[in-house]
Amino acid sequence: MSYLPYALAVWIFVVGLYGVVTSRNLIHLAVCLSVMQSSTYVLLLSIGYLNGATAPIFADVPKGTRAVDPVVQALALTDVVVSVTVLALLLALAIQVQKRTETLDPDELRAMRG
Amino acid sequence: MSRGLRLGLFAVSAAGLTALLLWGVAGLPDFGHYRGPYGFVLNASAPGERHVTNVVAAVVFDYRGFDTLGEEFILFASVMGVALLLRDVRDDPGRRDDAMRSDAVRMVGLGFAAVLLVTGLYVVAHGYLTPGGGFQGGVVVASAFILVYLAGEYRAYRRLTPTAAVDVFEGSGAGGYAVIGVVSLLLGSAFLHNFGPLGTSGTLASGGSIAFLNVASALEVSAAFMLLFTEFLEELSALRPEARS
Repeated sequence: MSYLPYALAVWIFVVGLYGVVTSRNLIHLAVCLSVMQSSTYVLLLSIGYLNGATAPIFADVPKGTRAVDPVVQALALTDVVVSVTVLALLLALAIQVQKRTETLDPDELRAMRG
Repeated sequence: MSRGLRLGLFAVSAAGLTALLLWGVAGLPDFGHYRGPYGFVLNASAPGERHVTNVVAAVVFDYRGFDTLGEEFILFASVMGVALLLRDVRDDPGRRDDAMRSDAVRMVGLGFAAVLLVTGLYVVAHGYLTPGGGFQGGVVVASAFILVYLAGEYRAYRRLTPTAAVDVFEGSGAGGYAVIGVVSLLLGSAFLHNFGPLGTSGTLASGGSIAFLNVASALEVSAAFMLLFTEFLEELSALRPEARS
């Protein structure tokens, strides 16, 4: 069972991809993309996890206490912030699409218009 | 392409992708058996080397500081993208009658906004000591301002966050981070190399330039989120003209 967290990350990624492929609404599509991205948090954090270890913060524990990998935690931290702002950018694009074409269904956005 | 065909294609390729990914992660060390070495090296050396107790902050603002610079600029660029997409197509939203009418919600909400602001500043200031930092604290600070909109009214939120000022904060947060890196260069070390007195571990005066980078990123993140809130709230009033009074 020790590979379960990795399998969970794969599952979240594929489920998000399914949502992106079948989406009928650009806002739904943007949220599905966030779901896909959240699989990277699960993967990163489970790679760095160590049984019986604490968080890599040594404020009130003695030096030398076993702690999990701080590098993947830092990566997940920046990942979260970027994910949120990119989601905002995608939603802004969805607003513009709605304004210009009066639809949010990606299937109806066929040809480019000048 | 028809919907059925697309789903069929997806089913085949997703099965292949899933198999490939599962095969890939099967080669990783067992969950809970992290092998290192970087995490162990950093956990062992960072508290002594940089006098910080939060090793994650040391990684973000020091050992991988250059990475965070790129990340700050991604944040900056996407917020600028949102502003470019939404800012110029609006007409003047005018005044909106959206004041919270329940006195109880108003009082409690605005009271919590102050608490949230102080909490956010605390999370920022103690970023390199305890869990927290510029990114997390910056978001908390920005959410204190959005609570003013939720519990009060939009006009009060706009008065607290004038776009001209928030733009300047955002720019100086992103630019300040790069400037701190250049200061390292001028002092004769590598770009973004830690400088300044390392101070006493466990106090606010520790960590050298980690403290400055922490504040720069807090400024950038909180201003970026305030700009995002503003842009989307302005959009709300442009899309729903009946909300004007």
